[in-house]
Amino acid sequence: MTKPLLQLKDVVLKVNRHTPEEIKILDHLNLTINAGDFITVLGSNGAGKSTLFNAIGGDLTIDSGQILLNGRDIAHDSVEKRTRFLSRVFQDPKLGTAPRMTVAENLLLAERRGQRRGLLPRRLNKQLAHFKKITATMHNGLDQRLTTATGNLSGGQRQALSFLMATLKRPELLLLDEHTAALDPQTSQDLMHLTNERVQDQNLTCLMITHHLEDALTYGNRLIVLHHGQVTFDVAGAEKAALTTEKLYSFFAEIE
Amino acid sequence: MSLMVSAIGQGLLWAVLGVGLFLTFRILDFADMTVEGTFPLGAATCVAAISNGMSPLVATLLAFIVGSLAGLITGLLYTKGHIPILLAGILVMTACYSVNLRIMGRANVSLLGKATLFKNHFLEGLPQYFDSVFLGTLVMVVVTGIVIYFLQTQLGQGFIATGDNQTMARSLGINTDNMKIMGLMVSNGLIAFGGALVAQNNGYADVNMGIGIIVIALASIIIGEVAFGDLTLNQRLVAVTLGSILYRFVLLIVLKLGFNANDLNLLSAIVLALCMMLPVFKQAFNFKHILKRGLDTND
Repeated sequence: MTKPLLQLKDVVLKVNRHTPEEIKILDHLNLTINAGDFITVLGSNGAGKSTLFNAIGGDLTIDSGQILLNGRDIAHDSVEKRTRFLSRVFQDPKLGTAPRMTVAENLLLAERRGQRRGLLPRRLNKQLAHFKKITATMHNGLDQRLTTATGNLSGGQRQALSFLMATLKRPELLLLDEHTAALDPQTSQDLMHLTNERVQDQNLTCLMITHHLEDALTYGNRLIVLHHGQVTFDVAGAEKAALTTEKLYSFFAEIE
Repeated sequence: MSLMVSAIGQGLLWAVLGVGLFLTFRILDFADMTVEGTFPLGAATCVAAISNGMSPLVATLLAFIVGSLAGLITGLLYTKGHIPILLAGILVMTACYSVNLRIMGRANVSLLGKATLFKNHFLEGLPQYFDSVFLGTLVMVVVTGIVIYFLQTQLGQGFIATGDNQTMARSLGINTDNMKIMGLMVSNGLIAFGGALVAQNNGYADVNMGIGIIVIALASIIIGEVAFGDLTLNQRLVAVTLGSILYRFVLLIVLKLGFNANDLNLLSAIVLALCMMLPVFKQAFNFKHILKRGLDTND
């Protein structure tokens, strides 16, 4: 359980490089993610949460430091290569699915995440029964809409689909970037429950950015706070379970 | 009657342009101007190769390869050079003009007395214009079949996803740059292939024959979509061929109305513009309808 899966060592990431406006978004950040961790990530706007995800995902190149996956430095691997171990759900439901393709086609794409795609037939029909079964676990009518273009789904259904797609082929690391923030409170709660269930069931290693202090406290076994590009607070296990929103608020007031 | 057959034959021969452009315009979702250069490039390559004694079939396939190389350059400028796709296409299109003159040696090269795909015992035995109908049908069945198969493969699905949602495609490990380059290569290969067919059918290649090609190719796509409405992806690909034939009928009608061949580009542009604005017209119509209903019920 305590084997480090991903280690960020002394990671620096700057924007506006070589200009007077140069800023370190990640400022010598250190973080060790153990296999099986479900970490909730808090931090104010501009603290570097999304940048951290983009650095892990490869959308942004780090200026210095190391990103070690099972001990191997992946800091210079392409985005495509990193998808072999990594999957992501974005905040915007529109970003996670292909709108003109059907629900089943989207799932089929996700099933080959990070794998070679060749000139073999896609074999969609063979998977339909399986897709019907797993979409039914979402309890939001997705299983009735397998042949619907995802552009015609509701935001909640699209985001549930995005989440399902991210976990369809088990990722070694799952990054959730405020994935329930764009949904109404009820749908948001439903998706949070589902997320938690699935992360527990599949024993996924997961990082979840949230602005919801309650969610950050309720879910996961570990909580970190990012501030000015560094991890300034990191609690796990019983210590995390003992945290309250009041304690968090007073902590935030302290660091501001 | 023979005019109708001729229109159908021309529609079928030109339809391959529509399918080629469909890959970029409809699936990757951008307008690729390269085609204005690759169409005459294919024609020039084919005519020059035949003039130098190459067999027409090999010359036509060579046109495909040369066209896809032009597409590769556009793709590299766009994905690796970060030049906007419209400009990348215009750059390669402009460069193609000089390349075409180099290939042919002059602005216009005739195939008079040379072998072409149309000059064989079987096609020459058919009634007038039926040669293009036959060859065009054969080409379109094969090309459409291959494209439909490809789009249903794992790779083809990744290709569609790239045009549909690039962020998502990347997050699933699809190399979107490669997909775009591949699409541009196949698309321009098909357009050049079409140029080779048309040049052999016309009996010459001309360095200016690319002007307005993108409009003609778009017209097949759009007319097909407008005429047949809601279709699946596979059906839409077939509709391109039918749209290409319909487009030839439209041209036939306007020529009958007294316009001459010099007006064709203007007329093509007008036809395409009208078809593309059809959704706006429909909406305007519905809007009035709703307004009227609103007045009635609120009285």
